[in-house]
Amino acid sequence: MNYIDIIKNGIVKENPTFVLMLGMCPTLATTTSAMNGMSMGLATMAVLICTNVVISCLKTVTPDKVRIPVFIVVIAAFVTILQLVIKAYLPDIDTALGLFIPLIVVNCIILGRAEGFASKNSPLASLFDGIGIGLGFTIGLTLLGICRELLGSGSIFGLTLLPETYNILLFVLPPGAFIMLGFLIAIVNKIRA
Amino acid sequence: MKKLESSLTNMVLVLTGVAVVMGGILAYVNHLTEGPIAEQKEKALADGIKSVMVCNDLVVAKTDEVKQNVDGKELTYTVYQVKDAQGQDLGAAVESTTMGFGGDLKVLVGFNPEGQILGYTLLEHAETPGLGAKADQWFQKGQKGDIIGKDPKEPLTVSKDGGQVDAITASTITSRAFLKAVNQAYNAYKVSPVDAESGATKQQN
Repeated sequence: MNYIDIIKNGIVKENPTFVLMLGMCPTLATTTSAMNGMSMGLATMAVLICTNVVISCLKTVTPDKVRIPVFIVVIAAFVTILQLVIKAYLPDIDTALGLFIPLIVVNCIILGRAEGFASKNSPLASLFDGIGIGLGFTIGLTLLGICRELLGSGSIFGLTLLPETYNILLFVLPPGAFIMLGFLIAIVNKIRA
Repeated sequence: MKKLESSLTNMVLVLTGVAVVMGGILAYVNHLTEGPIAEQKEKALADGIKSVMVCNDLVVAKTDEVKQNVDGKELTYTVYQVKDAQGQDLGAAVESTTMGFGGDLKVLVGFNPEGQILGYTLLEHAETPGLGAKADQWFQKGQKGDIIGKDPKEPLTVSKDGGQVDAITASTITSRAFLKAVNQAYNAYKVSPVDAESGATKQQN
């Protein structure tokens, strides 16, 4: 498998949002606007790339029975680093996503890729897997965020397109997230079939 | 390459080793970002004070912690006494927290020496996006729930409760919490210790 295929695999064949259906909590909670969805996707991607590479490097020195604790320690460390950096240099993203950044630690995409890919493949392949899956997740979240923001608040990336009377409030609220995600998955399945 | 065997020694050594190395990296990053994070906080507060006092050229003359007993609970309000560059008293910006719909609602309200509202900003909130989160615009000048220039001597209430302020559509709880925060900020401002000259102005109310 060459590296381009690994990236394509993450975006299309094993897209975490639309195909694997992993990491649903941040997917539903942070996509109230396109910007929030994209920021969350990129934050997760940054963590995923780092943890994939490090875990892949550690794979021969990690005894099987303690591999999960080792993965979690590595993941938690990178998430905390990311949180500190966001707090220090990107305060706007911190206000929007504050609570959800530490929750990346328990995002099953990250542990899933550590266990399913990085602990079996070379660091370089794991790097590309992190980029692929991360991009897939970012695209999924951004798409969901765009649809919800357009229908719920009448804007995309804060740019107003529809007057307030056409806003359907439901789509900004949690039930709207489920409904919109359902429709998007249906569309993606139709295209893939 | 073969994996390390899962013997007790190996497991303890590897787990400890990984934890120590990661802990070290974290400590280093924490050390690097400590300064910038504190700066960001200060900057956010300073910008907030400037925006609620509608004045760019100001100095915070004094910071007071005012404790008030509200609904049986002791709450702390921070009052920033503000003067302009010439030393003229501009009033104060007051930090006030209430329970909103989704969690703590922390507002910064600016008052002029007569006790009228100059401006406000939301410092922290967890209100519903698209609903209660509109509070950051709704009560501003020229908007539907305009509170700028009002004097909360009579506590401000939403029209549903017989008051004069229009609540945010479908967000009465947030609106009530917000106005409560403003009213409490006003009370804290009124009881905050003042120096002699500005005290005289305030007594007239």
